[in-house]
Amino acid sequence: MAINWHFLSNPARFGRVAAAVLPWSATATALLFAAGLWLALFASPDDYQQGETVRIMYVHVPAAWMALMVYVFLAVAGAMLLVWKSPLAELAARAAAPLGTGFTAIVLVTGAFWGKPTWGTWWVWDARLTSVLVLFFLYLGHIALDAAFDDPRRGARASAVLALVGIVNVPIIKFSVDWWTTLHQPASVLRLDGPTIHPSMLAPLLVMAFAYLAFFVTFLLVRLRAEIARSRAEALRAAAARATP
Amino acid sequence: MMRAFLAIVGRDLRLALAGGGDAAIAVAFFLVVAIIFPFGIGSEQALLARIGAGVVWVAALLAALLSLERVFAADFEDGSLDLLALGPLPPALLALAKALAHWLATGLPLVVAAPFVAILYGLPPAALPVLALALLFGTPTLSLLGAIGAALALGARRGGVLVPLLVLPLCVPVLIFGAAAAEAAITGGALRLPLSLLAAFLLTAAALAPWAAGAALRQALGE
Repeated sequence: MAINWHFLSNPARFGRVAAAVLPWSATATALLFAAGLWLALFASPDDYQQGETVRIMYVHVPAAWMALMVYVFLAVAGAMLLVWKSPLAELAARAAAPLGTGFTAIVLVTGAFWGKPTWGTWWVWDARLTSVLVLFFLYLGHIALDAAFDDPRRGARASAVLALVGIVNVPIIKFSVDWWTTLHQPASVLRLDGPTIHPSMLAPLLVMAFAYLAFFVTFLLVRLRAEIARSRAEALRAAAARATP
Repeated sequence: MMRAFLAIVGRDLRLALAGGGDAAIAVAFFLVVAIIFPFGIGSEQALLARIGAGVVWVAALLAALLSLERVFAADFEDGSLDLLALGPLPPALLALAKALAHWLATGLPLVVAAPFVAILYGLPPAALPVLALALLFGTPTLSLLGAIGAALALGARRGGVLVPLLVLPLCVPVLIFGAAAAEAAITGGALRLPLSLLAAFLLTAAALAPWAAGAALRQALGE
């Protein structure tokens, strides 16, 4: 079935679709988080080495996936904005950037909480941690650049270029644990030879990953509707200013 | 086209060197930043020799950033950037010419000044040529990445504060392998890996950064 994606690139039409999707995605977020947190905190086994602290993983790892995914989302939206001048891509990047920053902050903070009991330190300057910290500042730079111009469209295009430049950091983060010998453990789920994590831990992890994804979709839609309303309000204000001599 | 390219490089260089302008200030800033460290952390010789290479790199990065905002901003404000854009050079080559002039005016003097700072920090003499070579590969990359940030922030509020926030995260790999090269020279480790990676960064940045900076210039000039 071919979906006419172009249909959605009109912000007003997208707003109506978003309003219809929103209750479903909000319900899915609540249910997935309820199920995922119950599985992660009560119904999954302790780690034979780490004990209860392994449960931090169910919050930490999906946030890390989302932090990377949202940055790729920013870069794709940036490319769509620069190539097709899609007005929706501009609003989507603006709506997604603070969510990605939040996910990155969750990764860094939960990583510190996990590092203290298992590694004995809040922070080490190893490749994975450092590159995620760089990602955090790329997000902050993106938001700051987007907000730095009187003309919001100019800010959106400038930050789109920045997102495309910063995308080189994403493979560095993903493969940093393979390229350098680090304290951070290598990938155990997204591997070519299949996951090395036990199914009893993989199931709650995946439920949590979908919960994060549903959370992102829900809040992206909420923020996008606000951005659409704001850009329409600004257009109306500009039109009113032009009409009065 | 080559003549236009060289004309822009020459013009920017003359402006930077005129009356002890940007170039002299960048070197002076580099020396002051490097000299301030021992006051903060104490003057123990072994410690200074240990951190010397890293200090040189951080100081060089900050000194390069100091003059970055002016790469395009001065021309943007007085309108000469619009004239340059009307010339025969496409925006990407214009950005490349500007980045090259920035490097010749600030990066190259830093490469020359760095060994003196290294001597002050008591680095072994064998490490000095490696440090200079690493800076020779690394500082042009900083100018190229910086040109992207400087072009993106054109016309922005608080552009001067914004540029470091945009550019510093992108400079981290250069800093890591630049410091690793000097570290390898001191400890007798393998030099080829960090130096080849620095050269690879430079070639990649030279090929791709002008496009990004050119796209940003085009936006700043309202396409």
